[in-house]
Amino acid sequence: MNRDGAVGGDPGGFAGAAGGKAPRGIDRRPRSLIVRYQRFLPLAVTIGLFLLMYGAGAYKFDGFFTLQVFLNLFIDNAALLITATGMTLVIISGGIDLSVGSVIALTSMVSATLVERHGWNPAGVIALVLVMGAAFGFVTGVVIQYFKTQPFIATLAGMFFARGLCYVISIDSITIENSFYTDVALFRIPLVYDSSITVNVLLALSVLAIAFYLAHFTRFGRTIYAIGGNEQSALLMGLPVARTKVLVYTFNGFCAALAGVVTTFFMLSGYGRHAMGTELDAIAAAVIGGALLTGGTGYVVGTLFGVLLYGVIQTLINFDGSLNSWWTTIVISLLLLAFCLLQRLFARSKRT
Amino acid sequence: MTPAPKVTPPVAATPPVAMHPGWVQRVLGHHHFWALTALVLLLIYNVVNDPHFFAISVQDGHLSGSVVDILNRSSSLMIIAMGLTLVIATQGIDISVGAVVAISAAVAASMIGGELVMNGGTGMEDVTRFSLPVVIAAALGVSLVLGMWNGVLVSYLGMQPIIVTLILLGAGRGVAQLITKGQIITIYYSPYYVIGNGFLLGVPFSLFIVAAVAAIIVLLTRKTALGLFIEAIGINPVASRLTGVRARTITFAVYSVCGLCAGIAGLIVSSNIKSADGNNAGLWYELDAILAVVLGGTSLAGGRFFLFGSMLGALIVQTLTTTIYAAGVAPEITLVVKGAVVFSISIVQSDKVKAWIGSVAAARRKPGAR
Repeated sequence: MNRDGAVGGDPGGFAGAAGGKAPRGIDRRPRSLIVRYQRFLPLAVTIGLFLLMYGAGAYKFDGFFTLQVFLNLFIDNAALLITATGMTLVIISGGIDLSVGSVIALTSMVSATLVERHGWNPAGVIALVLVMGAAFGFVTGVVIQYFKTQPFIATLAGMFFARGLCYVISIDSITIENSFYTDVALFRIPLVYDSSITVNVLLALSVLAIAFYLAHFTRFGRTIYAIGGNEQSALLMGLPVARTKVLVYTFNGFCAALAGVVTTFFMLSGYGRHAMGTELDAIAAAVIGGALLTGGTGYVVGTLFGVLLYGVIQTLINFDGSLNSWWTTIVISLLLLAFCLLQRLFARSKRT
Repeated sequence: MTPAPKVTPPVAATPPVAMHPGWVQRVLGHHHFWALTALVLLLIYNVVNDPHFFAISVQDGHLSGSVVDILNRSSSLMIIAMGLTLVIATQGIDISVGAVVAISAAVAASMIGGELVMNGGTGMEDVTRFSLPVVIAAALGVSLVLGMWNGVLVSYLGMQPIIVTLILLGAGRGVAQLITKGQIITIYYSPYYVIGNGFLLGVPFSLFIVAAVAAIIVLLTRKTALGLFIEAIGINPVASRLTGVRARTITFAVYSVCGLCAGIAGLIVSSNIKSADGNNAGLWYELDAILAVVLGGTSLAGGRFFLFGSMLGALIVQTLTTTIYAAGVAPEITLVVKGAVVFSISIVQSDKVKAWIGSVAAARRKPGAR
């Protein structure tokens, strides 16, 4: 019946709109393209917007339409891409995580002080912070699942807590001069036409690939969609709701920590004010990429375009030069708002 | 170190009261018992460290001392906490209050102009581009509009409060930066200082503002059915709508009031520090305000709300902050303590813990009943 069932237990598919229980013959009747692919519309809008903005930049500025400028979108936003990927899964499961920015800052801070002030081995430090991030996510998940705390409250508290821990370590920024960190930061992987990418980009793309596989090709991923669609139904179907939800937050915590490692490579410092407001950017990227804030729908690949759109806006503002960098936040906030409203519009038209 | 972890659960955690509670149980079960205990413990800690803590003297015709200072400093938080209490009571949340504080401060400061004109010798001339009432009206007007913006999106367009206010939290600071053009605007206009630094009848002027705001909100919510409606929306939005409560209008109004309260707080803050800083004005106020509200006994799940409890909570938060300042610890570290407290209170308020405490209490009562 549900012919669009490719994306697992997606309950918001178009088959439901036309009456999922209708016989096959009626199901096959031709419908307009918009109705048919309505759930891909936000994603299509995002990709269109991205191409439009990139085209506008290429038209307006010299040197915009080069491979390196395009690759810089990935280099500059690798951390955002990683954390937004984790956030996408959380949002698909019907939750939200506001603590990612703080976890990024905390990771950079812990890495910096352990490497610079205590002389730890960088590999050990990276392993430790990744475990730390996952543990942070795990605790958040447990509190949300077992104590039935609203996700935004639990993660809001976590956000303040992690930010505070940064300042417990140090009020000031700690610069990293460790050779491993500087080597990784400066290492460029050469590509065609004199362009190059960094290790961070590879990390980000691997996380994206892993999350894509998890979301669309595993039982774990289908359970996430099912929980986001309707947690009660998922529970009644005998799906491991509790375990999956805790795991989603754990994965997100891990992603945030990895984004923190990437940020540490990028900034070569640890600072309590790193990644301020990243939670907003990550949520915006996921939503702009087609994730429904009510859960149940979302695309990992969509998030990639959400991040790219964010990157293009930032690059345009940089190229322009006359605009304050605060405009990036304002524009991305407005975009998030616009996409939320678009979602509400669809939700309303689907009901009637 | 700090006695903060002793800030134990307010109302929600109290076990079901027995049929004829004795006075001990009545005191223990009072919804502000734990908050008051926390405040008293903090004050005792302060007195032990500084015997002159409670000393109040009269300087230049007004009261001065640590306690007066704490009261004056907590005024802005008290006002925000009252507005936020109403929002939280409707099952909502507003994390944009800090950004609104920054915008309100930025509007006021940029309208005054930040121009320093020396008056011959050492004194400064009071220079402003607009008269004081216009400045105040503009700042409050902008804040009200921001609150209404939140209100429209939440109530009429049905967006999640956390997302709506997160958008304003992010964009708001950007807007504040644009208003101040990325700089810290210093205010050189002494009549404006009265709001956050002045005294009336020897008492800080800001406390009169708190009293006025409290009086208006309490009158509106406790002397009319409005408070009941707000609680009804928080307990069950659908049922309240079906019984004829105009849930949308009230939700809209509640967010507008919260924005206005944050605007008033922005005036007090900018007047107190005599400047507006788009980056740091009202930073982390959302945490302090949420903390004040939950310490005051209002559940984050909505429903019953306690305005005086929130004011008490604001006082606790400010006393805690001042105590940590006095102990010579960096103020940012308070974030850890505050975050942990919000975290534990939200766990304690959960049904699971409540049920567990209830069963423990029931088991204890049984032998006595026999």
